[in-house]
Amino acid sequence: MKPGHGEVLIAEGDVEVPEEHEALVETFREQLQQGMWAAVPCATPAGRREAKMVTSFDDVPADADRVIFFPRAAGGR
Amino acid sequence: MLLALSASAIVFLVLLWEVAWPVASKRIERWRASRRLIAVDGYDPGRERRAEQRARTLLCSCVNEEEWAMYRDLGFIRVWGAMAEDPLADRDGGGAPYAYLIYPHKPIVAYLPQTRRLLSEYCITFLDESRPYGSALLPDSDDVLAKWMALTGDERRIIDSANMHLPGRQVDPKQVRRDLWRLGQWEQARLREQGRGAGSVPAP
Repeated sequence: MKPGHGEVLIAEGDVEVPEEHEALVETFREQLQQGMWAAVPCATPAGRREAKMVTSFDDVPADADRVIFFPRAAGGR
Repeated sequence: MLLALSASAIVFLVLLWEVAWPVASKRIERWRASRRLIAVDGYDPGRERRAEQRARTLLCSCVNEEEWAMYRDLGFIRVWGAMAEDPLADRDGGGAPYAYLIYPHKPIVAYLPQTRRLLSEYCITFLDESRPYGSALLPDSDDVLAKWMALTGDERRIIDSANMHLPGRQVDPKQVRRDLWRLGQWEQARLREQGRGAGSVPAP
């Protein structure tokens, strides 16, 4: 998510392909270094949707189809 | 006589020119400036509208169907709180003693669903310090989605990040109570709709 722009595709690839996996890990790391938070929308066993906050690429569920990066939350006025 | 009149006329014209020319030249310059085309650096007036459209699509694809319908119809999303020590409390609302209302670009409002008592406001911003697109604000629906993801993903973290205030600091308590009443009406109508749907037989 980008201010004034909305959703922007940063990278896509197949984690099964080693080169693409590396590129995805690198992009993930870059986004976190820029201060973004990462979340994966998923569903609970009961079928309810929620988000899982991830801080490492290894935390991303294997069946996740996307990771959403958004600016870090800070206390507002 | 004629010579004198001509000389006077010439002097008069020269004096008039001296007085009027600076004023006239300024006016001409202003008129030219108003007609000049100034290139604005790639400003696109439809950009934010398109950003909001994309944000709505993304929000719809992430949240529950009920939450999406709530946002579409009422303009906010309710998220059940999950930090209470009640063992029955869960995100489905079963036994959840408190809940949040998420408004776009407004504080998150915590309240007690049973009594509709407002608890507090949590002021949160998602500022991108790089600001590459000229605006520091996320589109409305992205702001709601970011709050939803942060609340459902790591409630404690976002509540710790927020500035907590008493209710009424930014969001009018009357408006929140009205929204809670609207939410109640909306849920009842939805239940009635679902009841009718369950009890009806599809036409052949």
